[in-house]
Amino acid sequence: MPLTREQVARIADLARIEILPAEAETLQGELNRIFTLIERMRAVDASAFVPMAHALDVSQPLREDAPAEPDRRAEFLALAPETEAGLYLVPRVIE
Amino acid sequence: MSRDALLDGGLAALSAALASRRISSVELTAAYLGRIERENPRLNAFITVDPDRSLAQARAADERIARGEGGVLTGIPVAHKDIFCTRGWPTTCGSRMLANFVSPYDAHVIERFDAAGCVILGKTNMDEFAMGSSSETSFFGPVRNPWDTGRVPGGSSGGSAAAVAAGLAPAATGTDTGGSIRQPAALCGVSGLKPTYGVVSRYGMIAFASSLDQGGPMARLAADCAWLLNAMAGHDARDSTSLDRPPEDYARDLDKPLAGLRVGLPREFFAEGLDGDVARAVEAALGEIRRLGASTVEVSLPNMALSVPAYYVIAPAEASSNLSRFDGVRYGYRAPHYADLAELYGKSRAQGFGAEVRRRILIGTYVLSHGYYDAYYLQAQRIRRLIAADFAAALANCDVLMGPTSPTTAFALGDRAGDPVQMYLSDIYTIAVNLAGLPAMSIPCGLGANGCPVGLHIIGDYFGEARILNVAHRYQQATDWHTRLPGGAQ
Amino acid sequence: MTQWETVIGLETHAQLNTRSKIFSAAATAFGAEPNSQACAVDIALPGVLPVLNRGAVERAIRFGLAVGGNIASRSVFARKNYFYPDLPKGYQISQYEAPVISGGSLAVAVGEREITVRLTRAHLEEDAGKSLHEDFHGKSGIDLNRAGTPLLEIVTEPDLRSAQEAVAYAKALHALVRWIDICDGNMQEGSFRCDANVSVRPAGSAALGTRCEIKNLNSFRFMERAIEFEARRQIEVLEDGGRIVQETRLYDAQKDETRPMRSKEEAHDYRYFPDPDLLPLAISEEWIERVRGEMPELPGAMRERFTRQYSAAPAEAAALTATRETARYFEAAVGAVGDPAAARVCANWIAGELAARLNRENLDIGAAPVSPEQLAGLVRRIADGTISGKIAKEVFDALWNGEAADADACIEAKGLRQISDSGAIGRFVDEVIAADPESVAEFRAGRQKALNALVGRVMKVSGGKANPQQVAELLRARLAG
Repeated sequence: MPLTREQVARIADLARIEILPAEAETLQGELNRIFTLIERMRAVDASAFVPMAHALDVSQPLREDAPAEPDRRAEFLALAPETEAGLYLVPRVIE
Repeated sequence: MSRDALLDGGLAALSAALASRRISSVELTAAYLGRIERENPRLNAFITVDPDRSLAQARAADERIARGEGGVLTGIPVAHKDIFCTRGWPTTCGSRMLANFVSPYDAHVIERFDAAGCVILGKTNMDEFAMGSSSETSFFGPVRNPWDTGRVPGGSSGGSAAAVAAGLAPAATGTDTGGSIRQPAALCGVSGLKPTYGVVSRYGMIAFASSLDQGGPMARLAADCAWLLNAMAGHDARDSTSLDRPPEDYARDLDKPLAGLRVGLPREFFAEGLDGDVARAVEAALGEIRRLGASTVEVSLPNMALSVPAYYVIAPAEASSNLSRFDGVRYGYRAPHYADLAELYGKSRAQGFGAEVRRRILIGTYVLSHGYYDAYYLQAQRIRRLIAADFAAALANCDVLMGPTSPTTAFALGDRAGDPVQMYLSDIYTIAVNLAGLPAMSIPCGLGANGCPVGLHIIGDYFGEARILNVAHRYQQATDWHTRLPGGAQ
Repeated sequence: MTQWETVIGLETHAQLNTRSKIFSAAATAFGAEPNSQACAVDIALPGVLPVLNRGAVERAIRFGLAVGGNIASRSVFARKNYFYPDLPKGYQISQYEAPVISGGSLAVAVGEREITVRLTRAHLEEDAGKSLHEDFHGKSGIDLNRAGTPLLEIVTEPDLRSAQEAVAYAKALHALVRWIDICDGNMQEGSFRCDANVSVRPAGSAALGTRCEIKNLNSFRFMERAIEFEARRQIEVLEDGGRIVQETRLYDAQKDETRPMRSKEEAHDYRYFPDPDLLPLAISEEWIERVRGEMPELPGAMRERFTRQYSAAPAEAAALTATRETARYFEAAVGAVGDPAAARVCANWIAGELAARLNRENLDIGAAPVSPEQLAGLVRRIADGTISGKIAKEVFDALWNGEAADADACIEAKGLRQISDSGAIGRFVDEVIAADPESVAEFRAGRQKALNALVGRVMKVSGGKANPQQVAELLRARLAG
């Protein structure tokens, strides 16, 4: 079931990765070759097997509810491309 | 022992020399830095070296040794894969996205080596975000194999493998999601161990595929890996998947005789697709293992062929989500021109990520998307269970499994770069192990027709690291492949 | 003409009142400097990982017990993937297929009726940060202090049939989460936020209509108006032969209308999948039992008990259990009086004078200047006839204003003791009979009302201190004679 150009455009949009028109066709071909590899897995009847999300069958540990983080705002904001008044800046967000 | 012999002789020799003050950590660090300065332009194994910082750490280590407070690793320089966040050091993950990112914190692994008194020798080159099997996808250019600079070192921990193989570092860290420690270890002729999932904390290790990623040691000797794992392993409350088990000494069984060891040989590891020279080297190694008292038995991993397709659903799915945080807002690359928020995202991510990373994000996005989740993602997770069950059956009657780490020796630079599927098949023997979460190791066991190393793959049961290291160490006691150096020197 | 029925389901985000965030150890205090409470995990630095807060899970268990829901022995955290600047990881950690709580219900009084609202589920998730739209040269500023605050998302079945029912449910839920102390319920600060799924259908129809989700309902009043507007809008569309488009709409309080959200409605595809960083959450029977043992008596049970134990009327019992603090106050006062028979007098005072004063001065009952013990002292003196109800109000005022330490001291200091001595009252009565022959004549002519006027005059002459019952009795006796 090869991916169409539209599907590639749709997932690129979901993934927020701009695709230039010049690269769209090559990309579509590459992805479809990879999916040919992946398709091998789909023919297998594995319905008897419980999906495995984690390598080990253990449950998660819990943390006590105690604040323990210092304020490192200045250090963290210094990593950002654009900040003002203690805020990260982005192009206007429309509600 | 000559200076060069000491530098290439393994950690026990270095540790003894440091403890007896025959050499200082500063001298040792400077010696490796000198080698890096000479060799790195040719190999491109390091992305960042910072001699001032390294030497300052070495001085502190020397003081610690002088105070009599040193441990076995105090003063030993270790190179770290540039996937481990290292406070005050650039931490790039081989990507333009993080080319200017200086980490404000240390990964757990970095903290552990720091506590042991090790020196950070530099940050090693890698496939971008650990996605690759050749270390060619780095934004900082490809790493070259010290055995033949026209060939790849394997990947994604290719910089660490090349650095150890070329003697630029006595030890290095790597991460292994589908073979990224073992395959480059094999292709560069060094020892590398991927521990059981959960043994080494992933805190501060930039995530590729969270349910598969595991950090581990790379060094010349299996015994070195045991020492390094002693430093790296241990519970970390900041990683929910880090296991809270009693600490163990991974070197405790190194010298145990192999008599009575039962080795399973999965039939599928020796089937079609395996290069003849690799097969011959592995067969020879198995002969040696038998001579050491082990017995071998054929076993089967009937669904092994499904591991690659299942992996290329699960790993990209997790990666597509893990890499969403790289959006040009709080850190990392931001495109210079954008009209609105959508363009800020779209362009920053298109320009900040390389082609392979973009491909995998798109695959992952697709397999998780509405209408495809069950057919791809859930099916892959069922296959994952199937593969884990295969391993459980195979390991029921033997202690370890053995086979080749990689179907071929080092391939030529650029050979598979244009063909993702061909590249993915480089990890055909290693991927299944990550899906199951088992520990496994690659150690050098011969040379191929092109004069490049062949790796022997040793897979253990969950938490069987000490047993794997024991087998590897006994093999290395009886053979000398691990002492071979690129360029024919010994 | 078609009769329409409105069908509503509510989704409520209750911020859990933990001290630290759900997946990091950053503090959750409201109103801190922007980004000063956003740690490495909250801003999603490369390599950081989530670790679940036990306190958040425990609050979910409390809620599950309070609504009689099923508390999952094993639940799963999933990632909800979408890009937004206030969502640093590019995904929200939530629960999808296996929520911590499923089922349960809430009994809700709507006027005189009681309805049972079934809950679909309640799941744990993290809050997002905030986008500030003040003008930063045409840009938005992002504050991530709120990112990672624990939320319990509580989802109802489409069981509500009017805006009034929806509001009654929301109020009952609001009271419950505060009662069991899992959420501070502060709606201004966004601690308790509701979205409503609204659809309409011809009355009697079993099928659900196409629904719209209305966001931004940050007060009960807005919720009621927004749902009413939306239902009207949908009915008008349908009656004009149009059809409803499933969409998310925002309520604009100023215009009192809902409108579609402007952001590109690019059919979301959240790509939920189990979070590989978080193993399944296990909740043991022992843990549930321990929490059960620590649970306060719930409002429903308490209402029933008040009705039984103190013969409270249903409305009275409801008022006394409006908040846990009110109930606590009531029980403390009754306990201090030491006489269960005085319970209804306490109830009257709490639901009446005290509630009115608190309301007027915008105070919580916890901050009432009159303590339950002080109120009890007052009630005791009413019960034993030391003061009349009227004088009691004066004493209450004095206690409220801090003029006296307790009722007895106040009565003593101001000489407010009720006069029950029949000789003294008789003298007042005689005085009034002599002074007001008109009323006397009217009463004798059979007008009962005139007696009230005479009682009033006697009370006035006595400075309010005469026992009014005795006054009436004596008047009747004298005038009959």
